[in-house]
Amino acid sequence: MAVASISVSETPLVLYTLRRADDALILGHRLSEWCGHAPMLEEDMALANMGLDLLGQARELYSYAAKVEGKGNDEDKFAYLRDVRQYRNLLLLEQPNGDFARTMVRQFFYAAFADLYWRAMMRSSDTTLAAIAAKSEKEMAYHLRHSSEWIVRIGDGTEESHARAQTAIDDLWAYTGEMFAVDGSERALADVGIVVDPAGLRAAWLKTVTDVVREATLALPNSNWMQQGGRSGRHSEHLGHLLSELQSMQRTFPGATW
Amino acid sequence: MMATPNTPLWEVFIRSRNGLAHKHVGSLHAADSALALQAARDIYTRRGEGLSIWVVPSNAITASDPSEKGMMFEPAETKIYRHPTFYDVPDEVGHM
Repeated sequence: MAVASISVSETPLVLYTLRRADDALILGHRLSEWCGHAPMLEEDMALANMGLDLLGQARELYSYAAKVEGKGNDEDKFAYLRDVRQYRNLLLLEQPNGDFARTMVRQFFYAAFADLYWRAMMRSSDTTLAAIAAKSEKEMAYHLRHSSEWIVRIGDGTEESHARAQTAIDDLWAYTGEMFAVDGSERALADVGIVVDPAGLRAAWLKTVTDVVREATLALPNSNWMQQGGRSGRHSEHLGHLLSELQSMQRTFPGATW
Repeated sequence: MMATPNTPLWEVFIRSRNGLAHKHVGSLHAADSALALQAARDIYTRRGEGLSIWVVPSNAITASDPSEKGMMFEPAETKIYRHPTFYDVPDEVGHM
Protein backbone atom coordinates (compact mmCIF):
# COMPACT_ATOMS: atom_id res chain seq x y z
CA MET A 1 0.00 0.00 0.00
CA ALA A 2 2.62 2.51 1.04
CA VAL A 3 4.84 3.88 -1.71
CA ALA A 4 8.63 3.73 -1.42
CA SER A 5 10.76 6.78 -0.65
CA ILE A 6 12.79 8.40 -3.40
CA SER A 7 16.57 8.55 -3.38
CA VAL A 8 18.27 11.91 -3.65
CA SER A 9 21.71 12.71 -5.08
CA GLU A 10 22.85 15.12 -2.41
CA THR A 11 25.51 17.17 -4.11
CA PRO A 12 26.48 20.18 -1.98
CA LEU A 13 24.07 22.56 -3.75
CA VAL A 14 21.18 20.07 -3.71
CA LEU A 15 21.78 19.32 -0.04
CA TYR A 16 22.01 23.01 0.81
CA THR A 17 18.79 23.83 -1.02
CA LEU A 18 16.91 20.89 0.51
CA ARG A 19 17.99 21.96 3.98
CA ARG A 20 16.48 25.40 3.51
CA ALA A 21 13.41 24.00 1.78
CA ASP A 22 12.86 21.55 4.63
CA ASP A 23 13.20 24.38 7.16
CA ALA A 24 10.43 26.28 5.42
CA LEU A 25 8.15 23.28 4.86
CA ILE A 26 8.37 21.93 8.39
CA LEU A 27 7.87 25.26 10.15
CA GLY A 28 5.12 26.15 7.69
CA HIS A 29 3.39 22.84 8.45
CA ARG A 30 3.69 23.46 12.19
CA LEU A 31 2.02 26.85 11.76
CA SER A 32 -0.73 25.29 9.64
CA GLU A 33 -1.55 23.03 12.59
CA TRP A 34 -2.89 26.14 14.36
CA CYS A 35 -5.50 26.70 11.66
CA GLY A 36 -8.84 26.78 13.44
CA HIS A 37 -7.19 26.50 16.87
CA ALA A 38 -5.54 29.88 17.48
CA PRO A 39 -6.48 31.96 20.53
CA MET A 40 -8.45 34.39 18.39
CA LEU A 41 -9.65 34.67 14.82
CA GLU A 42 -7.18 37.44 13.98
CA GLU A 43 -4.22 35.35 15.11
CA ASP A 44 -5.58 32.31 13.30
CA MET A 45 -5.29 34.30 10.08
CA ALA A 46 -1.84 35.63 10.96
CA LEU A 47 -0.46 32.15 11.69
CA ALA A 48 -1.93 30.74 8.48
CA ASN A 49 -0.48 33.66 6.51
CA MET A 50 2.98 33.03 7.94
CA GLY A 51 2.61 29.32 7.22
CA LEU A 52 1.77 30.11 3.60
CA ASP A 53 4.79 32.42 3.32
CA LEU A 54 6.96 29.50 4.37
CA LEU A 55 5.18 27.04 2.09
CA GLY A 56 5.86 29.39 -0.82
CA GLN A 57 9.54 29.53 0.10
CA ALA A 58 9.64 25.73 0.37
CA ARG A 59 8.10 25.27 -3.07
CA GLU A 60 10.62 27.55 -4.76
CA LEU A 61 13.53 25.92 -2.99
CA TYR A 62 12.33 22.37 -3.72
CA SER A 63 11.78 23.24 -7.35
CA TYR A 64 15.28 24.65 -7.58
CA ALA A 65 16.74 21.58 -5.84
CA ALA A 66 14.93 19.39 -8.37
CA LYS A 67 16.35 21.41 -11.24
CA VAL A 68 19.89 21.31 -9.87
CA GLU A 69 19.69 17.60 -9.13
CA GLY A 70 18.21 16.80 -12.56
CA LYS A 71 17.07 13.29 -11.65
CA GLY A 72 13.37 13.66 -12.28
CA ASN A 73 12.41 14.54 -8.73
CA ASP A 74 10.09 17.47 -8.13
CA GLU A 75 8.76 19.56 -5.27
CA ASP A 76 6.03 17.06 -4.41
CA LYS A 77 8.39 14.10 -4.38
CA PHE A 78 10.81 15.92 -2.10
CA ALA A 79 8.01 16.84 0.30
CA TYR A 80 5.97 13.64 0.25
CA LEU A 81 8.34 10.83 -0.60
CA ARG A 82 11.35 11.25 1.66
CA ASP A 83 11.65 9.44 4.96
CA VAL A 84 12.39 11.18 8.25
CA ARG A 85 16.13 10.44 7.98
CA GLN A 86 16.20 12.16 4.59
CA TYR A 87 14.81 15.40 5.99
CA ARG A 88 17.43 18.09 6.64
CA ASN A 89 15.55 20.78 8.61
CA LEU A 90 16.67 22.41 11.83
CA LEU A 91 15.56 20.58 14.98
CA LEU A 92 14.10 23.84 16.29
CA LEU A 93 11.49 23.95 13.57
CA GLU A 94 10.07 20.47 14.07
CA GLN A 95 9.44 21.03 17.79
CA PRO A 96 5.73 20.79 18.62
CA ASN A 97 3.63 23.93 18.79
CA GLY A 98 2.91 23.56 22.49
CA ASP A 99 1.05 26.59 23.76
CA PHE A 100 0.86 29.91 21.93
CA ALA A 101 3.90 31.26 23.79
CA ARG A 102 6.02 28.33 22.63
CA THR A 103 4.93 28.73 19.04
CA MET A 104 5.81 32.43 19.17
CA VAL A 105 9.21 31.84 20.78
CA ARG A 106 10.06 29.26 18.11
CA GLN A 107 8.92 31.67 15.40
CA PHE A 108 10.86 34.51 16.99
CA PHE A 109 14.14 32.58 17.30
CA TYR A 110 13.90 31.45 13.69
CA ALA A 111 12.60 34.66 12.12
CA ALA A 112 15.31 36.72 13.84
CA PHE A 113 17.79 34.41 12.12
CA ALA A 114 16.07 33.94 8.77
CA ASP A 115 15.56 37.66 8.24
CA LEU A 116 19.30 38.26 8.61
CA TYR A 117 20.16 35.14 6.68
CA TRP A 118 18.06 35.80 3.59
CA ARG A 119 19.11 39.43 3.53
CA ALA A 120 22.73 38.28 3.41
CA MET A 121 21.87 35.64 0.80
CA MET A 122 20.63 38.35 -1.57
CA ARG A 123 24.33 38.72 -2.44
CA SER A 124 24.65 35.08 -3.46
CA SER A 125 26.42 34.50 -6.75
CA ASP A 126 23.62 32.02 -7.54
CA THR A 127 20.94 34.21 -9.11
CA THR A 128 18.07 31.84 -8.30
CA LEU A 129 19.02 31.65 -4.64
CA ALA A 130 19.50 35.42 -4.56
CA ALA A 131 16.01 35.93 -5.96
CA ILE A 132 14.45 33.50 -3.48
CA ALA A 133 16.36 35.31 -0.72
CA ALA A 134 14.99 38.71 -1.76
CA LYS A 135 11.41 37.46 -1.55
CA SER A 136 11.93 35.49 1.65
CA GLU A 137 13.68 38.31 3.48
CA LYS A 138 10.61 40.55 3.36
CA GLU A 139 8.39 37.74 4.60
CA MET A 140 10.71 36.86 7.45
CA ALA A 141 11.08 40.51 8.44
CA TYR A 142 7.34 40.53 9.04
CA HIS A 143 7.44 37.22 10.94
CA LEU A 144 10.09 38.78 13.15
CA ARG A 145 7.99 41.89 13.74
CA HIS A 146 4.89 39.87 14.51
CA SER A 147 6.55 37.40 16.85
CA SER A 148 8.58 40.14 18.59
CA GLU A 149 5.42 42.09 19.41
CA TRP A 150 3.88 38.97 20.89
CA ILE A 151 6.99 38.02 22.88
CA VAL A 152 6.94 41.44 24.54
CA ARG A 153 3.23 41.19 25.36
CA ILE A 154 3.35 37.61 26.57
CA GLY A 155 6.53 38.13 28.59
CA ASP A 156 5.42 41.43 30.07
CA GLY A 157 1.81 40.26 30.45
CA THR A 158 0.42 38.24 33.32
CA GLU A 159 2.29 36.02 35.74
CA GLU A 160 1.11 32.97 33.84
CA SER A 161 1.94 34.26 30.36
CA HIS A 162 5.37 35.32 31.59
CA ALA A 163 6.04 31.87 33.03
CA ARG A 164 4.92 30.15 29.83
CA ALA A 165 7.14 32.35 27.67
CA GLN A 166 10.15 31.81 29.92
CA THR A 167 9.62 28.04 29.90
CA ALA A 168 9.46 28.09 26.09
CA ILE A 169 12.69 30.08 25.87
CA ASP A 170 14.44 27.74 28.30
CA ASP A 171 13.24 24.64 26.44
CA LEU A 172 13.99 25.84 22.90
CA TRP A 173 17.27 27.64 23.54
CA ALA A 174 19.41 24.54 22.97
CA TYR A 175 18.05 24.27 19.42
CA THR A 176 19.20 27.73 18.35
CA GLY A 177 22.89 26.88 17.89
CA GLU A 178 22.18 24.66 14.91
CA MET A 179 21.11 27.70 12.87
CA PHE A 180 24.70 28.95 12.86
CA ALA A 181 26.50 25.65 12.24
CA VAL A 182 27.98 24.66 8.88
CA ASP A 183 29.48 21.38 7.75
CA GLY A 184 32.10 20.72 5.10
CA SER A 185 29.54 20.48 2.32
CA GLU A 186 28.12 23.92 3.04
CA ARG A 187 31.54 25.40 3.77
CA ALA A 188 32.60 24.59 0.21
CA LEU A 189 29.64 26.59 -1.14
CA ALA A 190 30.39 29.48 1.21
CA ASP A 191 34.00 29.60 0.07
CA VAL A 192 32.94 30.32 -3.51
CA GLY A 193 30.24 32.86 -2.63
CA ILE A 194 27.16 30.75 -3.41
CA VAL A 195 26.00 30.82 0.20
CA VAL A 196 26.83 32.85 3.29
CA ASP A 197 28.36 31.43 6.44
CA PRO A 198 25.63 31.83 9.06
CA ALA A 199 28.18 31.91 11.87
CA GLY A 200 28.88 35.51 10.93
CA LEU A 201 25.26 36.42 11.68
CA ARG A 202 25.17 35.17 15.25
CA ALA A 203 26.21 38.43 16.93
CA ALA A 204 23.48 40.41 15.17
CA TRP A 205 20.93 37.68 15.91
CA LEU A 206 21.88 37.62 19.57
CA LYS A 207 21.49 41.38 19.82
CA THR A 208 17.99 41.31 18.31
CA VAL A 209 16.94 38.42 20.50
CA THR A 210 18.47 39.94 23.64
CA ASP A 211 16.79 43.30 23.09
CA VAL A 212 13.32 41.84 22.63
CA VAL A 213 13.68 39.34 25.46
CA ARG A 214 14.83 42.11 27.79
CA GLU A 215 11.93 44.34 26.83
CA ALA A 216 9.65 41.38 27.51
CA THR A 217 11.14 41.14 31.06
CA LEU A 218 12.31 37.63 30.16
CA ALA A 219 15.82 36.16 30.27
CA LEU A 220 17.97 34.03 27.99
CA PRO A 221 19.51 30.89 29.51
CA ASN A 222 23.21 30.93 30.36
CA SER A 223 23.76 27.52 28.84
CA ASN A 224 25.80 27.33 25.67
CA TRP A 225 25.24 23.63 25.11
CA MET A 226 23.54 23.23 21.77
CA GLN A 227 21.65 20.32 20.24
CA GLN A 228 22.41 19.39 16.62
CA GLY A 229 21.52 16.70 14.10
CA GLY A 230 18.71 17.94 11.89
CA ARG A 231 21.01 18.96 9.05
CA SER A 232 22.26 15.37 8.75
CA GLY A 233 18.89 13.69 9.26
CA ARG A 234 19.14 12.86 12.97
CA HIS A 235 15.83 14.22 14.22
CA SER A 236 13.83 14.38 17.41
CA GLU A 237 10.94 11.94 17.73
CA HIS A 238 8.50 14.68 16.70
CA LEU A 239 9.38 14.87 13.01
CA GLY A 240 8.27 11.31 12.22
CA HIS A 241 4.81 12.04 13.60
CA LEU A 242 4.63 15.27 11.64
CA LEU A 243 5.61 13.53 8.40
CA SER A 244 3.17 10.67 8.90
CA GLU A 245 0.39 13.24 8.78
CA LEU A 246 1.95 15.41 6.07
CA GLN A 247 2.64 12.45 3.79
CA SER A 248 -0.26 10.11 4.57
CA MET A 249 -2.24 10.90 1.41
CA GLN A 250 0.59 10.46 -1.08
CA ARG A 251 1.93 7.41 0.74
CA THR A 252 -1.49 5.74 0.70
CA PHE A 253 -2.69 6.85 -2.74
CA PRO A 254 0.50 7.43 -4.75
CA GLY A 255 0.14 10.18 -7.33
CA ALA A 256 -3.35 11.10 -6.15
CA THR A 257 -4.51 14.50 -7.37
CA TRP A 258 -7.67 16.50 -6.75
CA MET B 1 -13.02 34.82 18.72
CA MET B 2 -15.05 36.36 21.51
CA ALA B 3 -14.86 40.02 22.34
CA THR B 4 -13.09 40.31 25.66
CA PRO B 5 -12.06 43.33 27.70
CA ASN B 6 -8.45 42.58 26.70
CA THR B 7 -9.15 42.79 22.99
CA PRO B 8 -11.33 45.78 22.13
CA LEU B 9 -12.76 46.42 18.68
CA TRP B 10 -10.87 48.40 16.02
CA GLU B 11 -12.08 49.80 12.71
CA VAL B 12 -9.79 49.26 9.73
CA PHE B 13 -9.25 51.70 6.87
CA ILE B 14 -7.20 50.82 3.78
CA ARG B 15 -5.82 53.10 1.09
CA SER B 16 -5.60 51.00 -2.02
CA ARG B 17 -3.62 53.35 -4.25
CA ASN B 18 -1.73 56.61 -4.06
CA GLY B 19 -4.10 59.54 -4.42
CA LEU B 20 -7.15 57.69 -3.11
CA ALA B 21 -8.62 58.12 0.36
CA HIS B 22 -8.50 55.51 3.09
CA LYS B 23 -11.70 53.49 2.94
CA HIS B 24 -13.39 51.55 5.70
CA VAL B 25 -13.01 47.82 5.08
CA GLY B 26 -14.10 46.18 8.33
CA SER B 27 -13.21 45.67 11.95
CA LEU B 28 -11.21 43.34 14.16
CA HIS B 29 -10.29 42.62 17.77
CA ALA B 30 -6.80 43.33 19.10
CA ALA B 31 -5.14 44.11 22.41
CA ASP B 32 -3.56 47.38 21.31
CA SER B 33 -2.88 49.54 18.27
CA ALA B 34 0.35 47.80 17.22
CA LEU B 35 -1.30 44.39 17.19
CA ALA B 36 -4.40 45.84 15.55
CA LEU B 37 -2.26 47.16 12.70
CA GLN B 38 -0.63 43.74 12.25
CA ALA B 39 -3.97 41.95 12.36
CA ALA B 40 -5.35 44.40 9.80
CA ARG B 41 -2.42 43.61 7.52
CA ASP B 42 -3.02 39.87 7.91
CA ILE B 43 -6.78 39.98 7.48
CA TYR B 44 -7.47 42.77 5.02
CA THR B 45 -4.41 43.03 2.75
CA ARG B 46 -3.77 39.37 1.91
CA ARG B 47 -4.69 39.86 -1.73
CA GLY B 48 -2.73 43.03 -2.33
CA GLU B 49 -5.55 45.39 -1.39
CA GLY B 50 -3.53 48.15 0.15
CA LEU B 51 -0.60 50.52 0.42
CA SER B 52 -1.54 52.06 3.75
CA ILE B 53 -3.57 51.03 6.78
CA TRP B 54 -5.26 53.02 9.53
CA VAL B 55 -6.72 51.41 12.61
CA VAL B 56 -9.02 53.39 14.87
CA PRO B 57 -10.56 52.31 18.18
CA SER B 58 -14.23 51.66 17.44
CA ASN B 59 -15.25 53.50 20.58
CA ALA B 60 -13.56 56.66 19.22
CA ILE B 61 -16.19 56.89 16.50
CA THR B 62 -19.31 58.97 17.07
CA ALA B 63 -22.09 57.74 14.82
CA SER B 64 -25.33 59.35 13.63
CA ASP B 65 -28.55 57.96 15.04
CA PRO B 66 -30.57 55.97 12.45
CA SER B 67 -33.82 57.22 14.05
CA GLU B 68 -32.84 60.78 13.14
CA LYS B 69 -32.36 60.12 9.45
CA GLY B 70 -35.37 62.27 8.54
CA MET B 71 -33.91 65.34 10.18
CA MET B 72 -30.37 64.53 9.14
CA PHE B 73 -30.67 63.53 5.51
CA GLU B 74 -34.07 64.22 3.97
CA PRO B 75 -33.66 68.01 3.70
CA ALA B 76 -30.85 67.46 1.19
CA GLU B 77 -33.07 65.45 -1.15
CA THR B 78 -34.94 68.53 -2.46
CA LYS B 79 -31.80 70.64 -3.07
CA ILE B 80 -30.99 69.30 -6.51
CA TYR B 81 -29.37 72.63 -7.41
CA ARG B 82 -26.44 71.61 -5.22
CA HIS B 83 -25.43 69.01 -7.80
CA PRO B 84 -23.08 70.55 -10.39
CA THR B 85 -25.27 69.53 -13.33
CA PHE B 86 -26.71 72.93 -14.32
CA TYR B 87 -23.69 74.24 -16.16
CA ASP B 88 -22.78 73.94 -19.83
CA VAL B 89 -19.14 73.05 -20.02
CA PRO B 90 -17.46 74.57 -23.10
CA ASP B 91 -16.01 71.97 -25.43
CA GLU B 92 -12.56 73.58 -25.15
CA VAL B 93 -12.39 72.57 -21.50
CA GLY B 94 -12.31 68.94 -22.48
CA HIS B 95 -12.59 66.16 -19.93
CA MET B 96 -13.13 67.41 -16.39
